[in-house]
Amino acid sequence: MAQGTFGNPEIVQEEVDILLIGGGMACSGAAYEIVRWAEAAKAEKGVNLKIKLVDKAAMDRSGAVAQGLSAINTYIGPEQDPADYTRMVSNDLMGITRDDLAYDLGRVVDDSVHLFEEWGLPIWKTDAQGVRHDGAESIREGLPALKDGGKPVRSGKWQIMINGESYKWIVAEAAKKALGSQNIQERIFIVKLVNDKNDPSRIAGAVGFSVREHKLYVFKAKAILLACGGAVNIFRPRSVGEGTGRAWYPVWNAGSTYAMAAEAGAELTMMENRFVPARFKDGYGPVGAWFLLFKAKATNAYGEDYMTKNKALLDDYPPYGQAAVPASCLRNHLMLKEMKEGRGPIYMDTVTALAKLSATLTPKEVKHLEAEAWEDFLDMCIGQCGVWVGENIEPEKKNSELMPTEPYLLGSHSGCCGIWVSGPEDLGAPTAKDEEYPDVPASQPRGWNWGYRSMTTVKGLFTAGDGVGASGHKFSSGSHAEGRLAAKAMVKFALDNKDWKPELDTPPEQLAEEIYKPVRNYLQHKDYTTAIDVNPHYIVPKMLQFRLQKIMDEYVAGVATYYNTNDKMLKVAEEKLEMLKEDSFKMRAKDLHELLRAWENYHRILTAEAHMKHIQFREESRYPGFYYRTDKNFVDEKNWKCFVNSIYDRKTHKWTLFKRKHVDLVDKSKLFKPAAH
Amino acid sequence: MPTFVRTDKCDGCKGQDKTACMYICPHDLMMLDKDGSATGHAMKAYNQEPEQCWECYSCVKICPQNAIEVRHYADIVPLGGSVQPLRGSDSIMWTIKFRNGTLKRFKFPTRTTAEGSIKPYDGKPVAKMADIGKTTLFTTEVMGGYRAGKKEELIRLK
Repeated sequence: MAQGTFGNPEIVQEEVDILLIGGGMACSGAAYEIVRWAEAAKAEKGVNLKIKLVDKAAMDRSGAVAQGLSAINTYIGPEQDPADYTRMVSNDLMGITRDDLAYDLGRVVDDSVHLFEEWGLPIWKTDAQGVRHDGAESIREGLPALKDGGKPVRSGKWQIMINGESYKWIVAEAAKKALGSQNIQERIFIVKLVNDKNDPSRIAGAVGFSVREHKLYVFKAKAILLACGGAVNIFRPRSVGEGTGRAWYPVWNAGSTYAMAAEAGAELTMMENRFVPARFKDGYGPVGAWFLLFKAKATNAYGEDYMTKNKALLDDYPPYGQAAVPASCLRNHLMLKEMKEGRGPIYMDTVTALAKLSATLTPKEVKHLEAEAWEDFLDMCIGQCGVWVGENIEPEKKNSELMPTEPYLLGSHSGCCGIWVSGPEDLGAPTAKDEEYPDVPASQPRGWNWGYRSMTTVKGLFTAGDGVGASGHKFSSGSHAEGRLAAKAMVKFALDNKDWKPELDTPPEQLAEEIYKPVRNYLQHKDYTTAIDVNPHYIVPKMLQFRLQKIMDEYVAGVATYYNTNDKMLKVAEEKLEMLKEDSFKMRAKDLHELLRAWENYHRILTAEAHMKHIQFREESRYPGFYYRTDKNFVDEKNWKCFVNSIYDRKTHKWTLFKRKHVDLVDKSKLFKPAAH
Repeated sequence: MPTFVRTDKCDGCKGQDKTACMYICPHDLMMLDKDGSATGHAMKAYNQEPEQCWECYSCVKICPQNAIEVRHYADIVPLGGSVQPLRGSDSIMWTIKFRNGTLKRFKFPTRTTAEGSIKPYDGKPVAKMADIGKTTLFTTEVMGGYRAGKKEELIRLK
């Protein structure tokens, strides 16, 4: 075929057995695990599986770990039980998580961490004297690897400190070598999944485009791993100028995972959940090491420790407020009281913390401590250093402001929105025989497992990381491990379906037209006006994003209303989002870069709509401090200690919402009786 | 804090098959202005959407000419500070300049093995189809990270 041009792209068609969409931690884990199982399939069954990975960016620096990290937040260690981890995940997310998924992850996650260390990730260690050493020094000191009994530096019960500037670079190197560069294509943005022509409940392929060449890709696959991160910039951010990009979570996470899954008919879960991290103001630098490693306290403007002062507020939310570590949202709830009543700004008291630590240290150790404090930002949030240098903030001399951010949607950090997936079968999870709420549509599976770990309710469609809902607290290591679990199950699925041939329900030419609609809109109408961005026939993706953010911020509990909404505001949002969704088909793209933005924003709209509908359906305020339904401003354990799930019909553009029963697989009461340990 | 490209240093990665910053930017921000029509500086790179920059420094760290720096977000940060890395094969050196002139330097390890040296499957067992239904991963036996858990914790199995 002749070379494609803008507006007339070359259509490249390819059939594979397994397609991995995304190049972050989850797909890197999947790439590593899958090749070994594919080799086994070949050796033992004589089946040759063709596997391909597509990433919209470059794997060396794609996904949420692109910038690096200063800690691995999920490392169980030999001394803790996956059940302890499962309890923590549950309580932090206000009791409604899938114990089967958290427990299963807790079993395998350390395997990935041990591999990272073997591949070259420097991991801090504590020596026999209790002195801590960075990852390179600990090797020079002859301290053993974690795998061989080395003691990590715990910055919290589950977190370990690393020198993680090159974390993603290292993990990507292993993934790329495992899968082989010939099976990886970068700068391909997949924007739509395609169902099977003969079975609409099944996945058959995916379509996307190159952001570098005028090429459109149509993939057919038996199994697909959809792992494209969470959703950022669906709410108006606190900074709206150049600072728009300084989102807490990576700005390139556009909700593609949730939107594409929803359109393919996958059941979503807990899309009402969000994460509103309290972080260093404006730069959104991490606070974990400050709280946990340096033992700093957060105070109101008058120096009062609001976690102590407002402790009684935790009693409003039993039992979640009464655990040794109250849920993240409740910690925000206590902070917000100070802000709303006019006792801001909120500060991290870095001065006192560092003075206390320095009191017993030698000058050399103080210097080391200062470096550790700066590295915490430099490894994962350099922008915060930018704020500090610009404002002349040295943490030992001046305290820094804290601020709750705009809301984010994700399933791997302290959030649990995502896709409903099949879990492990050996942990006592509900099966098809167990009781379920009556309004679960007949089309949907009963029980928590239906054959293949991490498979969504769409046959052949799998997910991991931010994609897997109702779990959370996987972070980088857990996302990698979850990708591995999915990879193994995908090989099994591909083998069980080896003679099945996918057939796309839409012809490639039509898919191409749909994807290139924003380009058509532009080419057709651009000469109607003299100003390229102001035209009644199309809308610029950037403006559409502003419109989305304004709606979400003002009506769906963004920062503008201190995270408050109600049934009436949600109704208004619902109407405005309907119109926004209609107008999204009038987005324009003047080049491939803008086509990328157009589709990212389409994904953002669907994700935002799911979020709004779920908040509307759940008639309580499950996450005080993250959002409040002021018309139902309470946690209602009797009626709402359940999952809220939804399915989307891409033909009618309508959502169906329903409850699913929540069941505990591990005993949660242990959380609330610290004396029993 | 959007990135900016210094005209005196950027050479458009002439000697290479692709521009390093374009290759690496996770958000597709860096562009090579081949003919100078966008910036007035032919064969030099620029950030085409500064308000979408996450300040991840991927381009800053990879640029072979050290031509990319960062001017912190103008809508947030007072002028005058800078945070500039020099990334080597096993460590990174940061030079931090405050608005008031204070200077700090830090060096941190980034990697304990040589770049490109990973042999992902060396010393690892092959997978066996008999294990495909198990809850383990193919490296479970050798990596020492599998946490089987106490059975009595699983209350519905009792």
